[in-house]
Amino acid sequence: MKPVVVRGGRVIDPGTGHDGVADLVIVDGKIAGLGRGDGTPDGAEVIDAKGLVVAPGLVDLHVHLREPGQEHQETVATGAHAAAAGGFTAVCAMPNTDPVTDNQAAVGFIVKQAAAARAARVYPYGAVSLGQRGEQLAEFGELVGAGAVAVSDDGHPVASGHLMRTALEYAQTFGIPVADHCEEPTLAKGGVMHEGVVSARLGLKGIPAAAEEIMVARDVILARLTGGHVHLCHMSTRGSVELIRRAKDEGLRVTAEACPHHFTLTHEACGAYDTNAKMNPPLREPEDVEAVCAALADGTIDAIATDHAPHHYDAKEREFDDAPFGIIGLETALGLAITELVERKLLTLPQLIERMSTVPARLFGLTGGTIAKGAPADVVVFDPSARWVVDPAESFSKSRNTPFAGRHLVGRAVRTLVGGRTVFGGSRA
Amino acid sequence: MTVPALGKDLLGLEPLSAEQIRRILDTAEPFKAVSERAIKKVPALRGKTIVNLFFEASTRTRISFEFAEKRLSADTVNITAYGSSVQKGENLVDTARNLEAMRIDMVVIRHESSGAAKFLAERIRSNVINAGDGKHEHPTQALLDLLTIRDTLGKIEGVKVCICGDVLHSRVARSNMWGLRKLGADVAVCGPKTLLPLGLGELGVTVFRRIEDAIQWADVLNVLRLQIERMSAGYIPSLREYNRVFGVSVERLERAPHDLVILHPGPMNRGVEIDSRVADGPHSVILQQVTNGVAVRMAVLYLLAGGQPELAVAAGGAKGADE
Repeated sequence: MKPVVVRGGRVIDPGTGHDGVADLVIVDGKIAGLGRGDGTPDGAEVIDAKGLVVAPGLVDLHVHLREPGQEHQETVATGAHAAAAGGFTAVCAMPNTDPVTDNQAAVGFIVKQAAAARAARVYPYGAVSLGQRGEQLAEFGELVGAGAVAVSDDGHPVASGHLMRTALEYAQTFGIPVADHCEEPTLAKGGVMHEGVVSARLGLKGIPAAAEEIMVARDVILARLTGGHVHLCHMSTRGSVELIRRAKDEGLRVTAEACPHHFTLTHEACGAYDTNAKMNPPLREPEDVEAVCAALADGTIDAIATDHAPHHYDAKEREFDDAPFGIIGLETALGLAITELVERKLLTLPQLIERMSTVPARLFGLTGGTIAKGAPADVVVFDPSARWVVDPAESFSKSRNTPFAGRHLVGRAVRTLVGGRTVFGGSRA
Repeated sequence: MTVPALGKDLLGLEPLSAEQIRRILDTAEPFKAVSERAIKKVPALRGKTIVNLFFEASTRTRISFEFAEKRLSADTVNITAYGSSVQKGENLVDTARNLEAMRIDMVVIRHESSGAAKFLAERIRSNVINAGDGKHEHPTQALLDLLTIRDTLGKIEGVKVCICGDVLHSRVARSNMWGLRKLGADVAVCGPKTLLPLGLGELGVTVFRRIEDAIQWADVLNVLRLQIERMSAGYIPSLREYNRVFGVSVERLERAPHDLVILHPGPMNRGVEIDSRVADGPHSVILQQVTNGVAVRMAVLYLLAGGQPELAVAAGGAKGADE
């Protein structure tokens, strides 16, 4: 493998506290060090990063890659390439596949597909319960042995308090977090958007903020009871943020993620029955968006995750009630975060990289999140001031379901390296 | 008048201006007469083809539209998709494309999903009339309610109208709120909080918790049908208790400071939301609503087909001159 020198970029690594112009040298797929005009190793490929940011590759704790079972919507390979195009070097794939990723063979299959894709790293989640049915615990030991990094029944909230408790207890043997989609099922039943003035106007069944917050409160209490690590997926309400803040003040092992759509859009986006604005948790109210932004700024919410949820165009081309929840997000996340958080001075660029790389990698113990000497060279080079317009047709994903089509964004990945190998970009870098 | 009458579709009253709503009501006036004649037919829509596409059971609305279409001389086809192989929304896109391919002029759609009429309208060139989409809007019902209030009280502006009952699940309520407010009425709702949506205040509507208070306040009560299945879904404990707490009865109405006009969109649950003596009483205009429904729908069909409001008198009167 040829050595690589990423030359003259602003190197930001929150893990080591580095922030300044430097040359990043990669040898044998690992970070060999940071220098300044120290010369170039023999035969090295030189990447000119002048005016660009060089950072540890982005890490997404929450994607749906649809394989096995829904390969017409996404595969591990297309998802991993979409991730790379968005600047991600690692993503965690949720287990709501068909069949469900609830056994070591299923986990192994995803690991194998990911290796073959040769793009971003893909880490499988295992299911909390067999078939995500919320009854019997899956074999966490075997799941972890095959490569799972966490467990979740995402898409099917863990409704049973007993199951959530035992999962949080049992997971401690393997040192993995239990990630929960917080939704009290009887309050959310039949709901298709946030319950509020817009749902009242449209005559659509609402999902109240309370449905999320009740389960956040339960999970916080169970984290206190068990000492387990609960990771709260896609937090969307002001009330959830307040509960997490209190849990963290208490020192509980509660971590949380938020999605770009929850810090950029409100329930008004559903106003014309746009099925690309239908997601779960639903788009909330302006005060919720404000609270999520503030929580990302102060660290109450640890990480930005996309909840990348590809759906075939047929599936979204129907009545709002019947359309599936979710949007794609891997290729718009960095641009949305820079545009909505950094440009608006809510976060600095180093803080953003913390939320999108350093912290998520640390939470789940993943490769990446650092460019310290000796670490695998998972690196993103991005242009923090590139202006571009979202065109779903350009996406590497198999699906096109995004409410951000036509949106003007600032900031875009130009090159992504995994283990020192370029998996996205090159011509523009 | 040269302002475009309505646009391509009638999807709801929310997108309409007060002027457009008044124009529909005014256009309905000459069409009322057509239904009172021995020969109930005018040639206004001769040669037009209209599909009545009903994905949900309906008697009154479907028949009312059909009479309106036939009295305007349109050619009509009825498609009732409920209970057939066409499942809920399964292929609304394909249905739309197929209708378009048959070169029809108008579609009247009833569907159980909110937004379905808009969905269809965005995908075909034909005019689309919403005959009720889920819990969203039922504009022709609200228009006939408005016409009936105007006929009875001589005006709508300043009239106090309380919509009673299951507002949460009611498209009639939503269309009425928009139409009434645009025409300057004071609008309130009354019902158990379990059946009222959040955010009513932001929509400019007063909320009464008790039917007695609503009756004290209102000039008009529009009493909504209580769907029996709301009980099994846990929104109310029983029909008996609903009647006892929220039912519109003669005894309650007698305590009002003045007589109230009583509307009901039908079909009624006698003895639940409304007592028979009220429904059949002197202040009930429920059957007048049904009569007005045909005239209002004729007006909507006529205007969407490009008819000029000022010529509606001629359209309605042409045949009359022969009699």
